[in-house]
Amino acid sequence: MSISFTNRPALVAYLTCGDPDLRTTREVALAAIAAGAEIIELGVPFSDPVADGPVIQRASERALKNGVSLDQVLDLAAEIRNKSEAGLIVFSYLNPILRMGMEKFAAKAADVGVDGALVTDLPVEEAAEYLRHMRKRNLATVFLAAPTSPDERLKRIVEASTAFVYAVSRTGVTGTRKELPEDAQKLVRRLREFTKLPIAVGFGISASEQFAAVGAFAEAAVVGSAIVQTIESNPGTEAQAVAEFIKQVIGLRSSVVGC
Amino acid sequence: MATASITKKRAVNLSRSLQLSKKAKGKGPSLVIQPGRFGPWGGRYVPETLMAALEELEREYERAKKDPRFKARLNELLKTYAGRPTPLFFARRLSQKLGGPKIYLKREDLLHTGAHKINNCIGQALLVERMGKHRVVAETGAGQHGVATATVCALLGFECVVYMGTEDMRRQELNVFRMRLLGAEVRGVDAGSRTLKDAINEAMRDWVTNVRTTHYLLGSVLGAHPYPTMVRDFHKVIGREARAQILKAEGKLPTMVIACVGGGSNAIGVFYEFIGDKKVKLVGVEAGGRGDKLGDHAARFRGGSAGVLQGTYSYVLQDEAGQIATTHSVSAGLDYPSIGPEHAWLADSGRAEYVAASDAEALDACKLLAQTEGIIPALESAHAVAEIIKRAPQMKKSDVVIVNISGRGDKDVGILRESLTLT
Repeated sequence: MSISFTNRPALVAYLTCGDPDLRTTREVALAAIAAGAEIIELGVPFSDPVADGPVIQRASERALKNGVSLDQVLDLAAEIRNKSEAGLIVFSYLNPILRMGMEKFAAKAADVGVDGALVTDLPVEEAAEYLRHMRKRNLATVFLAAPTSPDERLKRIVEASTAFVYAVSRTGVTGTRKELPEDAQKLVRRLREFTKLPIAVGFGISASEQFAAVGAFAEAAVVGSAIVQTIESNPGTEAQAVAEFIKQVIGLRSSVVGC
Repeated sequence: MATASITKKRAVNLSRSLQLSKKAKGKGPSLVIQPGRFGPWGGRYVPETLMAALEELEREYERAKKDPRFKARLNELLKTYAGRPTPLFFARRLSQKLGGPKIYLKREDLLHTGAHKINNCIGQALLVERMGKHRVVAETGAGQHGVATATVCALLGFECVVYMGTEDMRRQELNVFRMRLLGAEVRGVDAGSRTLKDAINEAMRDWVTNVRTTHYLLGSVLGAHPYPTMVRDFHKVIGREARAQILKAEGKLPTMVIACVGGGSNAIGVFYEFIGDKKVKLVGVEAGGRGDKLGDHAARFRGGSAGVLQGTYSYVLQDEAGQIATTHSVSAGLDYPSIGPEHAWLADSGRAEYVAASDAEALDACKLLAQTEGIIPALESAHAVAEIIKRAPQMKKSDVVIVNISGRGDKDVGILRESLTLT
């Protein structure tokens, strides 16, 4: 398994695992992949999600009420991997990984067929130990780049990243926004000076126009809160609703790229 | 009072693995190891968007430290606005009643706004001015840091937003009104246990969104580097004064210094100048709450283990899966699941000892100090008083103890009225 992007922009779909339960997350993930998602970000619920807006906060709370742990998220990844070759990235805050132990985390992630991880509150300066274990297991390490990151930091971020770099479209927490800020394009342009890695743009992308617009300057677009919101709003028919939503989001893709 | 040895072993193992990461320095691609570590503890664990702001703050603080004009302005405000130096008061009747050592109280409760918090707020506010920012966000538990922040923002003309858990707003409603009166906006936080930790999460979300114009005026020795170091430096004055005052009063150093520990800012402030005086025992008192079960207390050294919360690596109350536990304390200011990383280091190295006092012990201590000395301490500070009540009978008459009274109890009168029966 390795990460590659076929369409432009490729759709990266974020899911909070265990919201509303792990079985539904598995169904939603498979439905999302069938609908065109190329990478699934498996969000690990955390009690104190400082980088997340209200939608993902609520989803984390629901998942934690069910007692969902990092260990269970990795078991879920194994089930998805049995049925699909799509890219799987674990998206977590540091503490659950620290608690499991970085070595054990990397070992299990590799065993279950996860491709890599992104740790929201682990900047590159603090990541040496993490990188060592992830490299040993041949797992991708994706880091965040922010509009506020100066060039020296962008250099370090791309050096530590493999598979792709995650460009945060704007300052702020996760959540949908109507417009794609200029920050995003500027940041991607700055990143290109330092790397040939593909770039995924995330934070705030919820509509087909925004999604298609990202394709003009980046390889992939991450859709998170809008999918989690769709799950929240469609109890009982989550998988079907997410599949329809994804088809609609990527609907404009071919026409825009063609012009 | 003993720290759980299994927990401690786990912490040391984790810290060892982090130390290894320092050795791996050469192997990585231009990865720099940051300062801001206390032994293995501390560090800087935040989303990338905040990293540049933390680097800017660190640079500005380093420059300000060396700037005589900054120091002069800070000292002037501490003296003429906050009311420093604070007295070191010999508590004669309390000492007699307990029948042990001579007990001195460091009166941080006499400062403007009613607690030590103003020391740090003035320092950081002057940095905000230097950085050319005009908006300040802060978290508050008991409301003391929120009031001190609202105060310095009024003084220097900054826009001020204070995040506060709705549970804390309920139990500290007078402070909520004080903040609003001072021109600050108080935003209630309804997540989690609706206390200090949840207020910090929300303040961080505001900061990450408005980082270009906004400074996060963090109120304790918590969070990512440089906060634990910088906030400690702004509170060092407590111990510096106390050390000189006790030498003058007694002609010798104290046997022991006692302070309550939430995040740990008043404790590190009063301890710091004594760390080199190896014979001076340093005792931090955590919130023992209503019991030993996870969720019923905030005694990180009793039930916590190594973890990362809100930017720093320290002892954290958490479950087996690394989810942060809820906490309980009668005092909102101690009601927090992690502890300043420098305290983690002082505990590991054995330089300071950490114990806990229960809600009931703190309430009793509050009443005793009120009725023997005419001083109503904050419920936070009452935890430190509770510890000297326990220890005094075993100590010698020739011993001298300093108890830091970090704040006054006016804000707690509502809770005290509900909890105490007066005859």
